Amino acid sequence: MSEIATSLLSADALKRIEREADKYPADQRQSAVMAALAIAQDEKGWLAKETIAFVAGVLGMAPVAAYEVASFYNMYNLEPVGKFKLLVCTNLPCALSGGVDAADYLKQKLGIGFNETTADGRFTLQEGECLGACGDAPVMILNNKRMCSFMLPEQIDALLAECGHGKAEV
Amino acid sequence: MALIASLNPLLTTGWSRGDAGWRLRDYEARGGYVQLRRLFNDKVSQDDLIAEVKKSVLRGRGGAGFPTGLKWSFMPRAFPGDKYVVCNSDEGEPGTFKDRDLMRFDPHSVIEGMIIAGYAMGAQRGYNYIHGEIFDIYERFEEALDEARAAGFLGNRILGSDFSFDLFAHHGYGAYICGEETGLLESIEGKKGQPRYKPPFPASYGLYGKPTTINNTETFAAIPFILAMGGENFLGLGKPNNGGTKLFSVSGHVNRPGNYEVPLGTPFSTLLEMAGGMRGGRKLKAVIPGGSSAPVLPAEIMMNTTMDYDSIAKAGSMLGSGAVIVMDETTCMVKALERLSYFYFEESCGQCTPCREGTGWLYRVVHRIEHGEGRPEDLDQLNRVTDNIMGRTICALGDAASLPVRSFINHFRSEFEYHIENKTCLVDPAVQRAGSGFFRVEAT
Ligand SMILES: Cc1cc2nc3c(=O)[nH]c(=O)nc-3n(C[C@H](O)[C@H](O)[C@H](O)COP(=O)(O)O)c2cc1C
Ligand code: SF4
Ligand code: FES
Repeated sequence: MSEIATSLLSADALKRIEREADKYPADQRQSAVMAALAIAQDEKGWLAKETIAFVAGVLGMAPVAAYEVASFYNMYNLEPVGKFKLLVCTNLPCALSGGVDAADYLKQKLGIGFNETTADGRFTLQEGECLGACGDAPVMILNNKRMCSFMLPEQIDALLAECGHGKAEV
Repeated sequence: MALIASLNPLLTTGWSRGDAGWRLRDYEARGGYVQLRRLFNDKVSQDDLIAEVKKSVLRGRGGAGFPTGLKWSFMPRAFPGDKYVVCNSDEGEPGTFKDRDLMRFDPHSVIEGMIIAGYAMGAQRGYNYIHGEIFDIYERFEEALDEARAAGFLGNRILGSDFSFDLFAHHGYGAYICGEETGLLESIEGKKGQPRYKPPFPASYGLYGKPTTINNTETFAAIPFILAMGGENFLGLGKPNNGGTKLFSVSGHVNRPGNYEVPLGTPFSTLLEMAGGMRGGRKLKAVIPGGSSAPVLPAEIMMNTTMDYDSIAKAGSMLGSGAVIVMDETTCMVKALERLSYFYFEESCGQCTPCREGTGWLYRVVHRIEHGEGRPEDLDQLNRVTDNIMGRTICALGDAASLPVRSFINHFRSEFEYHIENKTCLVDPAVQRAGSGFFRVEAT
């Protein structure tokens, strides 16, 4: 890997990865792989094989080891997703307070099922397991980072509008 | 979701100001880091410190309820090399959402608890493994760590003593199994989170092969409070063998889902009342009292049970993580079990054949019963599959997948039989739909 010139990631992303690696003993840089893959995904939208191999190189680990990690954990996107990825929790505690209804409502509004992306590339819908926020049900996460609580129809409408649902260009 | 009420607030004292009370200065204003200072000022010995924790009879808040003081005493204190303290904030057990609020409203209590644990066991480094789904909380925790480091509570020679300890946050990214302590350690090492065979236990071979102690977030958060009030007083808040107060995450068909802190031994009926009672005044049907992995109990049993490890065990379930999932008469028990079985099937790490294959079987059979394709022999078959899983796996996820199946069939057998015979649900689908409260406008 010959330095920043051919880097697949920005200097800022590389800096953040180094900050993560510093949390672990010097001979354990691999420990930062989860955070590093998340940082790479934030920048690229999804994790192509080359991106994963690049991250592995930065941390001095085998590409296959980084790929194993990327495919084991559910929040990594191994394929392109829409600009807005919505992950809805439908596990039992949430279902009792509308988690499944919220997912159905989204499917109907967006015209897609789970693991599908709208034709304009704006939204991807996913079914999630317990997010650890069941007291706020129905709950969903936007692009892995933003927890949206108490998502009744009105709140869902507002969130979709904020993401430009129904607008022409993405 | 802020706390709505508590009896004897202890761990939740700092929550009253919501998102405005989590900073270091707020924590110090309510007595934070006083116990850490005291360790150095009074030159408290490791033995005395562990003895105090033992006296409190604090039992691990992550699920298994193992006595914390005893666990700490297993660490080889004289071991000269690296040792680690690890906090399990991978809260993914369906129904559990207390560690999120603990780190949101009072992250410094977790940090102080971990530093004190490091001191007690002679560890120099700690990690807090935080559920990937709550990224905003991970970021807040990192900010709190920066505050603690800047104030000299973390780093080299803490507060001028000869004890050095540093602490870092590590986030997950969507794998329930990383809540299992050895899966969690693998995950920190940058691998798939597949649990390890035990023995060896983490106290002898843990993170990077070094002695390691893993505790739940709430367990660590309780430590400063125990030292402040004394182990015996903490024990006295609860009942014998069940020391202290406990956070319960109440979800499902109640008027005010949320976290409630009550002394162990509080009647379930009191907790239900604190959570605003049953939604729409409907009738209680069943409760899972300790997270989705704990056996379900019917209403009559729950209403006569108190919330502590021993009473819930006697009633036939487990206190687990303190996640209380409340179901009313609009709930179809077959559909409820189907969703849980799907979860364990989806989250099995696949290492052990009985778990990998068995969780698939459980889900498929419950799924076909729910979808009107069940056969009379299916209930016995489900029980047989659980026999083939339980006790034959590397980690407890196999048992966690089996216990719901057994208990749902045991307590609600007639509902399963009705489904098989009539190919439909005993509870009218329109009634089920009304239960969730999602379509408020249409319901009125
Ligand atoms: C499948 C599985 C998931 C678990 N998830 C969690 C969890 O999310 N949080 C937690 O603290 N403990 C969890 N545990 C329990 C941990 O393995 C461990 O017992 C606990 O973190 C120890 O801390 P404690 O003694 O303070 O309770 C889980 C166990 C299993 C088998
Ligand atoms: S019991 Fe299941 S989750 Fe646990 S190690 Fe075995 S396959 Fe993995
Ligand atoms: S079950 Fe949905 S967040 Fe816990």
